[in-house]
Amino acid sequence: MRESSVWALAWRRFRRDRLGFFSLIVVLAYVALVLAVAAGWLARDWQQETGVSFAPPTFLGAEAGASESIKILEAAQPASDYGIPDPLGPDLAEIAKVLTGASPNEARALTLPLGADKWGRDVLKKAVKGTETSLFIGLAAAAVATFLGTLFGALAGYRGGRVDDSFNWLYSVLTSIPYLLLVLAVAAVINQKGVLTVILILGLTGWTGIFRLVRAEYMKHKVREYVLAADAIGASNARRMFVHILPNVSHVVLVQLSLHVVLFIKSEVILTFLGFGVGVDTVSWGSMLAEAGSELLLGKWWQLTAATVFMALLVTAFSLFTDAMRDALDPRLK
Amino acid sequence: MNLLEVRDLSIRFRIDESTTLDAVKGISFDVPVRSTVALVGESGSGKSVTALSVMGLLPPENASVGPASRILYRGRDLLTVGRSEMQKLRGAEIAMIFQEPMSSLNPVFTVGFQIGEVLRKHLGLSGRALRERAIELLNEVGIPEPRQRLDVYPHQLSGGQQQRVMIAMAIACEPKLLIADEPTTALDVTVQRQIMDLLAGLQERHEMAMLFITHDLALVSEIADHVVVMRDGEIREQAPSSQLFRDPRDAYTRALLACRPPRDRRPRRLPVIDDFMKEGRGPTMEQRSRGLRGDEPALLEARGLAKSFYFREGFFRQRELKAVKGASFRIAKGKTLGVVGESGSGKTTVALLVARLHQASAGEVRFEGRDLLAIDAREAMPYKRRIQIVFQNPYASLNPRFTVAQILTEPMLIHGIGADDGERRAMAGELLRKVGLAPESLEKYPHEFSGGQRQRIAIARALTLRPELLICDESVSALDVSVQAQLLNLLQDLQDEYAMSYLFISHDLAVVRYMADEVMVMKDGEVVEIAGPDELYANPKHPYTRLLLSSIPGRVQ
Repeated sequence: MRESSVWALAWRRFRRDRLGFFSLIVVLAYVALVLAVAAGWLARDWQQETGVSFAPPTFLGAEAGASESIKILEAAQPASDYGIPDPLGPDLAEIAKVLTGASPNEARALTLPLGADKWGRDVLKKAVKGTETSLFIGLAAAAVATFLGTLFGALAGYRGGRVDDSFNWLYSVLTSIPYLLLVLAVAAVINQKGVLTVILILGLTGWTGIFRLVRAEYMKHKVREYVLAADAIGASNARRMFVHILPNVSHVVLVQLSLHVVLFIKSEVILTFLGFGVGVDTVSWGSMLAEAGSELLLGKWWQLTAATVFMALLVTAFSLFTDAMRDALDPRLK
Repeated sequence: MNLLEVRDLSIRFRIDESTTLDAVKGISFDVPVRSTVALVGESGSGKSVTALSVMGLLPPENASVGPASRILYRGRDLLTVGRSEMQKLRGAEIAMIFQEPMSSLNPVFTVGFQIGEVLRKHLGLSGRALRERAIELLNEVGIPEPRQRLDVYPHQLSGGQQQRVMIAMAIACEPKLLIADEPTTALDVTVQRQIMDLLAGLQERHEMAMLFITHDLALVSEIADHVVVMRDGEIREQAPSSQLFRDPRDAYTRALLACRPPRDRRPRRLPVIDDFMKEGRGPTMEQRSRGLRGDEPALLEARGLAKSFYFREGFFRQRELKAVKGASFRIAKGKTLGVVGESGSGKTTVALLVARLHQASAGEVRFEGRDLLAIDAREAMPYKRRIQIVFQNPYASLNPRFTVAQILTEPMLIHGIGADDGERRAMAGELLRKVGLAPESLEKYPHEFSGGQRQRIAIARALTLRPELLICDESVSALDVSVQAQLLNLLQDLQDEYAMSYLFISHDLAVVRYMADEVMVMKDGEVVEIAGPDELYANPKHPYTRLLLSSIPGRVQ
């Protein structure tokens, strides 16, 4: 009965929203998947080349596309290009055999659950592993952006005057540059590939929208009577900003956080696709889609489909969950 | 002959899947032709819902009208007529004025356009005829220079003028029935007087019937022929106005009449509703005398207090708004200085300056000889504790995300009162009991309390610091009269117990007369008169004070 806090009421409203609740379950399932991957229980061996190159998904059968791919493989054999056998061919095959501990064509599966990529890696495992990378990047970058946006917005909105002016100036400069150009510029400056870099790029450039909203909320709240009342009892500025006002604008921050997770997952895909994203030793949905471009020409659509379905499901669920959360957190409580 | 007959009206609201609220429980009353019927009640009594149901404006998604209910307008049941027919009646035959003129007018259209819309739709006027009629209407509701005013936007008018525009729109089609839902509650007392006179004049000229909805019985005594007193969705009493004020039958009506501070006496405590509901009549009280002898030590003394706000105009120019212009006053130890004035008079700014919540532009505030405005924030901390403030709106002054325990222990935490959390919680519980709330309320959140209870929490928060000066800025103005009486009693008890001084700010002259030992009248940022309450009310010196006093409703009473 004592559970009557604003959060408890919001949770009660949220539970009534069936679609939102179902979306939450999907999102939580993804998070569980990511945790399992991070703990090493799943998809640890995603780099193992377990299938034949471009092995089709199991439900299509081994024959699907096989004849075509063999033809192309034969055509792609450098040996047959000039009619001269590759002098290093046998040696390379030997080295490859030693490195992988197995013969390249021996014991490889002809089909895999969702097919295989060019090197015969399991697309399902790649997609699962990619989920970890993409969702982690989305969450971490959104956390960075939200933290910056909230902090700057709080300072600018609460302090006003010069502080507000300088943050607004920074905001105007950052937003006057086209987003993708800005992201690529930062990527070019950092010039280092990796998950951390992507998080920094997205986080450092993506806080502007949150800043604007939080600033407006702080401007609205700082003249409210409860803040004046806090001043009257002697609460310091920092206390008023973060103990009194922040909980009252936290619904805005939460909704923005969740919106930006979706935005940054998509941005990571774009960045990686353009070649500024995660490195070749990492797999993300973005790198899968980047590979899919050339594969599609060969008619190998399964990697593209897997990455798209995994991403679309999460992004849709996350967006619906955000919508439901916004409705539930609507603070028009009387 | 009756223009409107309401029979067995019951209205139920669906709040969520499992809860419903019976807002109106089978009420019946009549509005005769050319007469004024007043629906009186406190918040939650169902009076506004009744008015909305007559207009057919109840929200269809969650309101349902009982099957036996009938609202007969000239013999036709408004509950069964079709949508298009109702739309023809609305505005043309039945018109309504709402409480907040600022939000009832559309800010993006000119006044002339909004009046013209009614004329176009219901009377089919256009062009020059429409414009002439609109000017005529503005003239009739007493707006100066109506020709020019036709092309201004609502925000360029004062609150009183906005309400006049609303009235002009309502009477544009010469309705037979005018419903006025608290038309003057948001307005200053002198403006209220003008609007009431306007409504009375219009009613007579146009031979309208009026359904007047208000919480203010004194206002009703001036205008109504017939009074219907409502509480919790039921009618407690209905009678002709003259009879009801002379000889109220119902205990609740008697309580409502008695819990307003009287103009000629000053009982030690104000009677509250419960006294009447239990015993049928109020307790008899000894009187309290007010006023200063003149030799009381001063707790706080302000001299030449001034505050200006600046607005940027154009590129380089600034416009200065002098909110307070050189106010000087003193507050005696253990006594109450009342401040009265209308909106914009600077009374709230004075409170904020004294509490150091705004930076003063000039002047000094001496507290025990020390000038509070000259010291920095760190030095001011110990004084902050001794001057506390209770704001007007209990819905806005408590942090909605804090529990009552957090609200009450925070000031003690900041000022280092109490040894540990346990002790502070115990003190908070004790204070809650003192302001009349159960100590179990500590774990609750503000939204679980009513307005009066929230204001008690705000008072308890101020008391945690044991202030010597408590500033009450319209602290009881937003509350129902019965709750107001309880809080005034509480404030008085606390003053008697702790010997606190009050700076008591209100636009309500009766309340200030009841509470204050000295009254300061403010107008446009200036102090125009300071005097003892009895003297000021009996013998006002300044013309503005005289105007204020003559505007208090309840001449007939």
